[in-house]
Amino acid sequence: MKPHRRKRLAVVAFIAVSLSMATGLTLFALSQNIDLFYTPTQVAGGEVNIGQQIRIGGMVKEGSYESANDTMRVMFSATDYVNEVPIQFDGILPDLFREGQGIVVEGAIDSNGLFVASRVLAKHDENYMSNEVKAAMEAAGVNTENQSALAEY
Amino acid sequence: MIPELGQFSLILAFCLSILLGSIPLVGAAKGNQLWMSLARPLSAGVFVFLAISILILAYAFVADDFSVQFVAQHSNTLLPTRYKMTAVWGGHEGSFLLWTFMLSGWMLAVSIYSKSLPIDFVARVLGVLGILCTAYILFMLATSNPFDRIVPLPPQDGADLNSALQDIGFIIHPPTLYMGYVGFSVVFAFAIAALLSGRLDAAWARWSRPWANVSWAILTIGIALGSWWAYYELGWGGWWAWDPVENPPLITWLFGTALIHSLAVTEKRGVFKSWTVLLAILAFSGSLLGTFITRSGLLTSVHAFASDPSRGVFILGILGLAIGGSLILFAFRAPLMKGNFGFDLVSREIFLLTNNVILVVASASVFLGTLFPMFYQAITDDLISIGPPYFNAIFIPLMTLLVLVLGVGPMCRWKKTSISYLIEQLGKVALASLAIGVVLPTIILLQVSWVAIVAVTLAAWIVLSMLKDMANKTANKVTRLAGLRALSLSYYGMQAAHFGMVLMLIGVAFTSEFSEEKSVLLAPGESIDVGSYNFTFNDTQAITGPNYVGNQADFSVSKNGNGLSNLNPERRIYLATGTPSTEMAIDAGFLRDLFVTLGEEKENSAWTMTIYVKPFIRWIWLGAIFMAFGGTVAAGDKRYRRVRERYLKREEQALATNLQVAS
Repeated sequence: MKPHRRKRLAVVAFIAVSLSMATGLTLFALSQNIDLFYTPTQVAGGEVNIGQQIRIGGMVKEGSYESANDTMRVMFSATDYVNEVPIQFDGILPDLFREGQGIVVEGAIDSNGLFVASRVLAKHDENYMSNEVKAAMEAAGVNTENQSALAEY
Repeated sequence: MIPELGQFSLILAFCLSILLGSIPLVGAAKGNQLWMSLARPLSAGVFVFLAISILILAYAFVADDFSVQFVAQHSNTLLPTRYKMTAVWGGHEGSFLLWTFMLSGWMLAVSIYSKSLPIDFVARVLGVLGILCTAYILFMLATSNPFDRIVPLPPQDGADLNSALQDIGFIIHPPTLYMGYVGFSVVFAFAIAALLSGRLDAAWARWSRPWANVSWAILTIGIALGSWWAYYELGWGGWWAWDPVENPPLITWLFGTALIHSLAVTEKRGVFKSWTVLLAILAFSGSLLGTFITRSGLLTSVHAFASDPSRGVFILGILGLAIGGSLILFAFRAPLMKGNFGFDLVSREIFLLTNNVILVVASASVFLGTLFPMFYQAITDDLISIGPPYFNAIFIPLMTLLVLVLGVGPMCRWKKTSISYLIEQLGKVALASLAIGVVLPTIILLQVSWVAIVAVTLAAWIVLSMLKDMANKTANKVTRLAGLRALSLSYYGMQAAHFGMVLMLIGVAFTSEFSEEKSVLLAPGESIDVGSYNFTFNDTQAITGPNYVGNQADFSVSKNGNGLSNLNPERRIYLATGTPSTEMAIDAGFLRDLFVTLGEEKENSAWTMTIYVKPFIRWIWLGAIFMAFGGTVAAGDKRYRRVRERYLKREEQALATNLQVAS
């Protein structure tokens, strides 16, 4: 083999090896870090194991918000208008958190069926319904067009 | 009537960009001087009419013209004037107008600062930008016109600008980010122009470099501003969330960083040509992808504007045509770009190639992590999300590797460097940085922190090898000072940007490792220790702003009994929408930030709150400032101004090569 060919081969091999290492690393990291998303109906149907890290999307049920007087704790329910999941959160809720608005919570279910949230996400634009919430609503057979129209007025 | 003038002006800009996107390109293909020479005036025309258009939109905001739908949705009579003017980019339609206006600004800049370039090249560059501009304005006119009216009954008052956006960050972050983003369109247009003319040589790389450097510098600042704004406005104590809309600028930035390095090799050594062109296309695609993701609402994110699928489809169309078209052109032209492989396995070329591979892999994995949930849903119908741990798992090892390579690269010679030379030069540097890395953090912290050891070692590695390199480069001069003067601006630019990387590395590592936060419920008079600081909650008082009411709390902070500062976070309710908003209070410092956010009021005037101590967080943005500064300084190197003479010489050679290809 000519010297410059050998060099070129070495460079190509170097790129190929580093790319495949990177791909392997990436896929491994990806497989370790997938958070599955569930709807309140799926949770109520017992599809989620206790302690499994998941995300739940839904609407904050009207009248469900309670705030403890002497601790950080807040309680509310996420609903898809068919089933609901009680949620407990020790922390400061995002500015756009409101009853009747879409949210996504991250956390796990404890043995009493209570969802202990580690993070609560609400969206910047209050007219906007996230894909996850929308999917939850549609899965429960709620017409999202009307819901978002309701949210606007 | 006035908004119609804005609309009219937009249509005029559209007509002019159609002309710009066709006549100069045809002229360049046919060698028609007159047609080519139309490129500059047409660019100026597009800029003028887009400027009129955006000014009229701003005027509609200031004049509270709620018959314009976009104004009614994003403003309110109570909104302070500075936010009325900038509410132009507070929603989809207006921010797209800003985006297009930025593009026309770049077009104007190219037409002014290209006097030394051959006219056919300028005509092609501006023509390609004209095509992009046409597509963007068409998109606006067809799906998202900011001048649409509400007839016959306009509302009495507007819905207000999103309260989270009413902040200085909103005034400066979007224009800077867009300017940087759109700047990569210029580099892309240079690449396409070179492909069209079949003249991909070192001269082309030299012309592109200042534009690439400046766009990259502005994008760096734009991203850093976004990070800084999110940090203090969203009040969650982080500076980067791997949010699906934060990621595309980073994807573009990583491609852009690879590009400015690869351009250096192409300019100096005439190799990696096709790779450089590909990177220019990729960086531009990243910027379009960012628009697509933000506008289509395909991905859930804090940035998502109210979305509309038809817009998504339209942008996907632009994306497909631009990327597809340029890749096809690339495929046809790539065989012309024979690079000679004139370098050794240990050489600066190889280290820059390694830099490129790392950056492209990093960019690709961010891309994958951002879009994976979408693909996953399309295939399995399950919704998933990819969290920060994925991105961290990829990024930390890759960036560590990048920093290791960074220490060696500038030290290498082009073409060939012997390994023994590198060991001789860098052996002691490596040992010294390891010693500093192990000893320094351990003495200061009085404990062993692996993160601190690795971070300080890597930082010392870059700084010491930088100093060593400068010492080598000035060794043969009469005095060191004379030696330093003789070094070029682009060399100093490179060193400044690399030093920025050091600052950022320290900032990121120390903030992630040593931050402390506590969420507590405190009554007035109570205090709490966070880290080595003591926070006392004194009281709250009611406040009234121009368009909000709320409470302001007062905290005294002390360390070891010495009073440091008072912090006054606020909790506001915006009147127009009733949305609450948290205004955190920060005591910013070179070595640490202290900040407090208020939650809600509970019994006995007690409040929930989160208190943070963030060491070295400012270093992250300081690093970005150094990088941007370095990029700008390098772009000012005088050799870019001597382009014309060199070009004329190369022109003859190029002509000869083209003739060979043709025959």
